[in-house]
Amino acid sequence: MSAPNKSYDPVEVESLKPEEVDKARDAALAAFAAAADLDALHEAKVAHTGDRSPLALANREIGALPPHAKADAGKRVGQARGRVNQALAARREELEAERDARVLVEETVDVTLPWDRAPRGARHPLTTIGDRIADVFVAMGYEVADGPEVEAEWYNFDALNIAPDHPARTMQDTFFVQAADGTPDSGVVLRTHTSPVQIRTMLTRTPPIYVICPGRVYRTDELDATHTPVFAQVEGLAIDKGLTMAHLRGTLDHFASSMFGEGIVTRMRPSYFPFTEPSAEVDLQCFVCRGASVGDPDNPCRTCKSEGWIEWGGCGMVNPRVLVACGIDPEVYSGFAFGMGLERTLMFRHNVEDMRDMVEGDVRFTLPFGMEI
Amino acid sequence: MRVPLSWLREYVDLPAVESGRDVAAELIGLGLEVETVERLGADLKGPLVVGQVLEIEELTGFKKPIRFCLVDVGDANGTGEPQKIVCGATNFDVDDKVVVILPGGVLPGGFHIGARKTYGRDSQGMICSARELGMGDDHDGIIVLPIECEVGSDAIELLGLVDEVLDIAVTPDRGYCLSLRGVAREAAIGYGIPLRDPALLDVPTANSYGYPVAVEDPEGCRRFVARTVVGVDPEAKSPLWLQRRVQKAGMRPISLAVDVTNYVMLELGQPLHAYDRNALQGTITVRRAHEGEKLTTLDGANRVLDPEDLLITDDSGPIGLAGVMGGATTEIGPETRDIVIEAANFDPVAIARTARRHKLGSEASRRFERGVDPEAARAAAQRAVDLLVLLGGEGAVAEAGVTEVDAPREPVRIAITADHPARVAGVPYSPETVAQRLQEVGCTVEGIDALTVTPPTWRPDLTDPNDLAEEVIRLEGYDNVPSVLPQVPAGRGLTPAQRLRRRIGRALAGAGYVEVQNYPFVGDAVFDAFGLDASDPRRATVKLVNPISDEEPGLRTTLLPGLLATLRRNIGRGNTDVALFEAGLVFLPKTERPVAPRLPVDRRPTEAELDSLAAALPDQPYRVAAVLAGDREPAGWWGGGRAETWADAVEAARTVGRAVGVELEVRAAQFAPWHPGRCAELLVGDTVVGHAGELHPRVVKALQLPERTSAMQVDVTRLTAALDEQGGEKLATAGRIASFPVATQDVALVVDESVPAAKVEAALREGAGELLESLGLFDVFTGEQVGEGKKSLAYALRFRADDRTLTVEEATAARDAAVALAADRTGATLRGA
Repeated sequence: MSAPNKSYDPVEVESLKPEEVDKARDAALAAFAAAADLDALHEAKVAHTGDRSPLALANREIGALPPHAKADAGKRVGQARGRVNQALAARREELEAERDARVLVEETVDVTLPWDRAPRGARHPLTTIGDRIADVFVAMGYEVADGPEVEAEWYNFDALNIAPDHPARTMQDTFFVQAADGTPDSGVVLRTHTSPVQIRTMLTRTPPIYVICPGRVYRTDELDATHTPVFAQVEGLAIDKGLTMAHLRGTLDHFASSMFGEGIVTRMRPSYFPFTEPSAEVDLQCFVCRGASVGDPDNPCRTCKSEGWIEWGGCGMVNPRVLVACGIDPEVYSGFAFGMGLERTLMFRHNVEDMRDMVEGDVRFTLPFGMEI
Repeated sequence: MRVPLSWLREYVDLPAVESGRDVAAELIGLGLEVETVERLGADLKGPLVVGQVLEIEELTGFKKPIRFCLVDVGDANGTGEPQKIVCGATNFDVDDKVVVILPGGVLPGGFHIGARKTYGRDSQGMICSARELGMGDDHDGIIVLPIECEVGSDAIELLGLVDEVLDIAVTPDRGYCLSLRGVAREAAIGYGIPLRDPALLDVPTANSYGYPVAVEDPEGCRRFVARTVVGVDPEAKSPLWLQRRVQKAGMRPISLAVDVTNYVMLELGQPLHAYDRNALQGTITVRRAHEGEKLTTLDGANRVLDPEDLLITDDSGPIGLAGVMGGATTEIGPETRDIVIEAANFDPVAIARTARRHKLGSEASRRFERGVDPEAARAAAQRAVDLLVLLGGEGAVAEAGVTEVDAPREPVRIAITADHPARVAGVPYSPETVAQRLQEVGCTVEGIDALTVTPPTWRPDLTDPNDLAEEVIRLEGYDNVPSVLPQVPAGRGLTPAQRLRRRIGRALAGAGYVEVQNYPFVGDAVFDAFGLDASDPRRATVKLVNPISDEEPGLRTTLLPGLLATLRRNIGRGNTDVALFEAGLVFLPKTERPVAPRLPVDRRPTEAELDSLAAALPDQPYRVAAVLAGDREPAGWWGGGRAETWADAVEAARTVGRAVGVELEVRAAQFAPWHPGRCAELLVGDTVVGHAGELHPRVVKALQLPERTSAMQVDVTRLTAALDEQGGEKLATAGRIASFPVATQDVALVVDESVPAAKVEAALREGAGELLESLGLFDVFTGEQVGEGKKSLAYALRFRADDRTLTVEEATAARDAAVALAADRTGATLRGA
């Protein structure tokens, strides 16, 4: 390096001559352009922008110039270095793009290879359809009630206006629990419907009551394609002032459309249950053909067997005798109740053809139903 | 109840164009459950005619008897010549009248009849059996017609072969529809046309010279009518029309007397009984059975009677189970000429109990159980007398004596306001409509706004105001009830317990477990396989009186038996890598098991009464359990799979714990059916809430499961109760997320192999103090380097402060404190130290 120019003499510094600066700049540009890859570019970068590069050295010489010359030289060297750095960056970008293109191609994999290493699980559709129905009613303001499966006869029968001699109370229909001494007269059964939960609800809450009760129930049927001794029901109960069959129907229609599609409605047919009066069977408008298959043999409907309606469950206005047994004044309150089988609902909603599939626990049956239904 | 449409039309003038389906739709709308409409003879095509057998030639040389017959069919075949027919049946003779189908005809089932050569002869048609004509499966033989049938006449009409039959499942409240009369009444209302009531007959008044009857139990028998017909020809057969009606209604024609009583029962709904008068000894008495009395019923069964059984007796003792089945001694026989007809009205409950007690449901008991119109008894007896006299031959005569024993009852009167049906339905009905509809079903209605309604005698089901409301609403049409959503008050959503159940299910399904729902029935065999001690409380199950299988009479006390059976079923079907879970109730009997009392229903039971019901029920906690076998992670192109182990089962239990919001503590335990060295008990505080691990190899073998099958079970009810004791489920609170750097320190500790890792970890955590952010066990090593009976546990400790960057000295000090406590608690030494 030249000595400081203390005398302010116009000392000529060789490296700061314009032609020298231009030369160093051009050499750098040429070297960058010539660099074929990022390694070569790095070498060129060290050679032309590093501490020992001509331009770096020239830059340091600026201090040796007399003050009046510093500005001019500084400007020239600065411009040259700017140009060089610009070219370096541009070339690096070019070369990186080239490299990326090449390397990423080399890294290509077969993305269709399976990677199903995490085991898959699922919830049982009877659980999820019960949840789904509960959600429909919870959204309306109902609450979910539950109760025991081994139940006192009084809750399961007597309080529901099912008299001691009613045919349902025979061993053909009901599982009876042995008393402590082994005799049959324990007064305890496996509940035959979820209706005892309604009784428990009415005994522990004060109206207005709006509850939905999904649960497991038991009847002494042998397992076959359409029967199982252990099955699931969902029942709804509403007790309030001024409730009528019109409200029952409105609720069933809302239920139907929530589960089966906008506009799907229900139909009531007169029937008989001891715990409701009036009573009705509930039919669901066929959500597949919407009745179009009726009388059209060319387009039969499997779901409703071309009837246009699907038998779904039972319903009615709560028998005032049931209210009395629960301490609710039938002169003040009225109510409605309805109940459906979840297996049956699952069968026609999801084309389950055999009841046994829901019972046997084969994972191939359950997996497709996933987490919700 | 099977209702032939042709018979129904006798009482109501249904429009001629109405098909069985149309009538069924109308009746369904009124609440009669028409299950099927059977179209008899829908595909039957004539010519089907009456023929008379002229000649029979027995053909020989065939494997079975074959007859070549000449049959006179009059002009039905167009020629008047005898018809040549080959026939394989032999139950007819020359001169018998038979049913012949001529070539061109089609039998039910699409069986086309042509002229053909068979057994070496020309055969031009067929002589038909009842089965071939679709008249029932009773017998294979040729129908031999009464001799008075006219040769060449149409047999389709003669035998009523084309008809429709409505099969109605009659609900318990509609006993009156177990008769043509009742169904016809409904049809008449539905179509708005008059009913020709077959019970409107002229009946002679009762007198004192009929067959003597005494009713000792008027509660059990409110009416007993007896009539006598003498001189009935024992050879007299029921005419075809009567046989066919009984047959289409689903009963078998047997003999004139039996067919007539059945016919009248089908027509009027009043069960009748016919006695051979000459077999009766003295007064017919209705009374309850005496202890130890016996009776042989018509089905041949010898029955020991219960003192509650209502009996028909005479001087010889019991001669019938009232309203259920007659006795053998007074049965109508092939010689009977003099017949006593009983038309009685028995108490529904008495009949139901007797029928159930003797497992003896009959057409009669079915009707009495549902309530029979007491006013129908006289008419029914009269109708039977008329038919027997008409059909019983020249000498059949009705005796003038008419016995009638009555215990009259006050009719039910129901007070309702005229707007009651409207308030039930949510539809306005005018008072006139209400009165008119009630009258249509047979009620007497008095009053205008406040009504006093007397139901008809055939409707014992009408007792309450809502019963009357239903009648009005159903006749006005359920379809006319509008659809209105009620204003439901705001609800609180799912309860914490309900949300928890869903969370557990989702967590396990998300972890790769498939939910199943098993039957809760268990037997001793599985507990034996589990290796449970004789005194193990899980063997004490709630027992069923009438289980599906005698092998499994109890209710589950653990979820594992069902799960393991389902696991095995899956493996048997080739689903070898399985992870299953189930959530549901188990049933744990209490030590004291009082009988659940029958509480009153005319008021709310007291709390003490409700408590007495609760005391009779077993505990029914909610549990979740999981089982797994095979690979937990599958093998694939990436390499081998990972077999499930005890640790997966423990992790499944921890998954449940985390869904509940608690870290379960794990402790080694010995608990059947688990492997004694690979069983963890799971705790919340001091409460054991479940177990997890690998099953005992002997259990695995006994249940034919894959080796190393693992399982876990957690009692969710107990878990949440334990949490409640600790103040309940806590709301998660957000911690301060420090942004200062983490300081990591690794330690390897050597401990005796018997020292549980959980204990070492707990000591490290406690000793490290507040600065410890997390701790991970990254290596477990045993081998020479650490010495016999020792193991090395290597932990990564991460330290962080929320207000400063930790110095190396601070982190080291925390680590040293952790190690010191671990050394103190577990005898751990730093490896290499």
